[in-house]
Amino acid sequence: MTTDITGPGGPAADAEAELEAQFQDTISSKDRIEPRDWMPEKYRKTLIRQVAQHAHSEIIGMQPEGNWISRAPSLRRKAILLAKVQDEAGHGLYLYSAAETLGATRNELTEKLVAGKQKYSSIFNYPTLSYTDVGTIGWLVDGAAICNQVPLCRTSFGPYGRAMIRICKEESFHQRQGYELLMTMMRGTEEQRASVQESVNRFWWPALMMFGPPDDDSPNTEQSMEWGIKTHTNDELRQKFVDMSVPQAEALGVTFPDEGLKWNEERGHYDFSTPDWDEFWAVVKGNGPCNEQRLAHRKRAWDDGAWVREAALAFAENPEGPTESTPAEEAAK
Amino acid sequence: MTETTPGPTSAGAAPRGEWPLYEVFVRGKRGLNHVHVGSLHAPDDQLAIRHARDVYTRRNEGVSIWVVRSADITASSPDEKDPMFAPSGDKVYRHPTFYDIPDDVPHM
Amino acid sequence: MTNEPNIHVGHDEAGTNVEHGDHDNAYSGLLVNDAHWAFGTDFEDPLAGVDTTVPEGVDPKELAAYCLMLGDDALIFSQRISEWCSNAPDLEEDIALANISLDLLGQARLLLARAAAADPALVPELPEGSPVPDEDRLAYFREDLEFRNVRLAEVPDGDFAEAAAKILIYSTWRLAIFERLTSSRDSVLAAIADKGVKEMSYHRDFAGRWVLTLARGTAESKTRLLTALNGLWPLWAELFETHPIEASVAAAGIGIDPAEVADEAGVIIDQVFAAAGIDRPERGALAGVRGQKGRDGLHTEALSKMLADMQVVARQHPEGQW
Repeated sequence: MTTDITGPGGPAADAEAELEAQFQDTISSKDRIEPRDWMPEKYRKTLIRQVAQHAHSEIIGMQPEGNWISRAPSLRRKAILLAKVQDEAGHGLYLYSAAETLGATRNELTEKLVAGKQKYSSIFNYPTLSYTDVGTIGWLVDGAAICNQVPLCRTSFGPYGRAMIRICKEESFHQRQGYELLMTMMRGTEEQRASVQESVNRFWWPALMMFGPPDDDSPNTEQSMEWGIKTHTNDELRQKFVDMSVPQAEALGVTFPDEGLKWNEERGHYDFSTPDWDEFWAVVKGNGPCNEQRLAHRKRAWDDGAWVREAALAFAENPEGPTESTPAEEAAK
Repeated sequence: MTETTPGPTSAGAAPRGEWPLYEVFVRGKRGLNHVHVGSLHAPDDQLAIRHARDVYTRRNEGVSIWVVRSADITASSPDEKDPMFAPSGDKVYRHPTFYDIPDDVPHM
Repeated sequence: MTNEPNIHVGHDEAGTNVEHGDHDNAYSGLLVNDAHWAFGTDFEDPLAGVDTTVPEGVDPKELAAYCLMLGDDALIFSQRISEWCSNAPDLEEDIALANISLDLLGQARLLLARAAAADPALVPELPEGSPVPDEDRLAYFREDLEFRNVRLAEVPDGDFAEAAAKILIYSTWRLAIFERLTSSRDSVLAAIADKGVKEMSYHRDFAGRWVLTLARGTAESKTRLLTALNGLWPLWAELFETHPIEASVAAAGIGIDPAEVADEAGVIIDQVFAAAGIDRPERGALAGVRGQKGRDGLHTEALSKMLADMQVVARQHPEGQW
């Protein structure tokens, strides 16, 4: 969707090259692109896709942890978990707003999501099988997300970067609460410690896959880097995450399920085994343990809410009430 | 977080079924300006205020909220950047740092 | 304190009441205040630093039983509303409902902790050395027959109209009680009520606004709202029935007899209904069993199911650390 301020209806085609040069100058000088600036149509499309996927991930990401709100084992933890999942709704909202500045409405994007036409982070297609997973998700999944997201605060598109700044500030509470929960459980009973290790075993590999396919299998990375939408490659971020997580695991007293994980003095990084990329692609293509369930949940909430959204609009347009009569009134006639 | 107004989507009426977009401004504490913090959807002004309270002041970030429909904001055009803002760029004499005062002069 | 439903919020005063640190923009304090991101009280121990001495002439057991009633109301209702998380009609409403649930959960923690402090004998015993705090022993290790909440709080969720109607009814009733409870002779209860009044004024306002919106929205929304109110109305009368404990704590100047607020709550509900152009449903009160209802520990079938879910993890780990 474009209008005169952004593209085809605006500047003449022969001036396009000049605009593109200006645009690339702005990017090169690390300045930000703002919504009303001229931008290449492909940049807009790429951004919409990325921001939408990011927003969808936040919203779908409410479900795995939301699964344990009703069963949180202490009132204090219940409050923390509910506030955390609530934050994810907020993050989705900020991101949909950023996408909106590019001409994609929340309605459109949500329709695309529930129709299966847009993706979200595959990590949320894994099930949460114990309350402990709340802690593991906070530590590893939010930790991986933060690795991905902190660089995005400097992304070239202004509204996206600003949304990310706010999100990253709030996310730091998420990661800390997760790690703190696991630490507390490790001080608890034998069963609790075993539960922490079991949960970490399940989430380690999916967390590593959150950085996306290996660089040589990531077709969009190069262009996104050139445009300043992405600032680090998938493999760089994955390595950073592994290096960060190993000492945290040691402090916690758990291990990661990877025999190939060891410090490489020469590289100054940890070596680690290759994730199961077949599983990754299977989940991306819709065959993960929870793909259908997550989408069905979102679709149901969205569809069930339609009459409410409609009613509020009708009220805003005509606060005196419906002009049509209710079925009951109709029957009484 | 939308700052495009009137932007591509807010130029006309929202499509049926979609609540209009509002921009939210929060005063962090007394004595400060209201600052743009982001945007949200609401069916009308009254619910927009409530949504803004719930969405943007969950962590005690504000003492006062303004909301305004995105479509009601008139924005300068980026094409007019030079005529709008360049003329003030050379009037450095409007800024206190323009004037060199020796460090040992008190209360300046 | 006004008792009018505040349907119109002034533009300049809609913010929350907060303490501010040294920050010069709206969000720079975000990380600094990490520990207190959602609550005004100490988060680890809801009653930290509070003098929990029971006032003279008050039976601690009665005070505790009363706090348990109020605490169970808040806990069970919070649990129900939290079920909306990721299920609301839009993101803004999802966030709003979570806020309401969190407010009620905060109230529940304070009230359960107050009950335990007043009468430690009330708190279920766990294996020696169990680190489970009192508030959690009360929440997670009692059976449904020991819960003292009104039955309105446990009604299973319906559609969004049901949620709006239920929150309006609950907060109208509870706010009227809490406004009076701010002058309780028990300074802890008075402080809890003071905090709750601010929270529930907003809940009532939010729900009242939605009831109005749905009543005057579309034919469908009106039908759904009327259906919801019709289903909830049989539980209205129970809210104003006086349990012997309530009569006793009211006489002692520490609690409120709910019958005392029946007229006021009714007037407020009628004002909202009048603005919405709808009538009070004509439904009789839901009977108890030999007169016993929620306050006596006699509940609907929904409560034990809810508790089975809520308590399952905690009960697997009676010596667990969370």
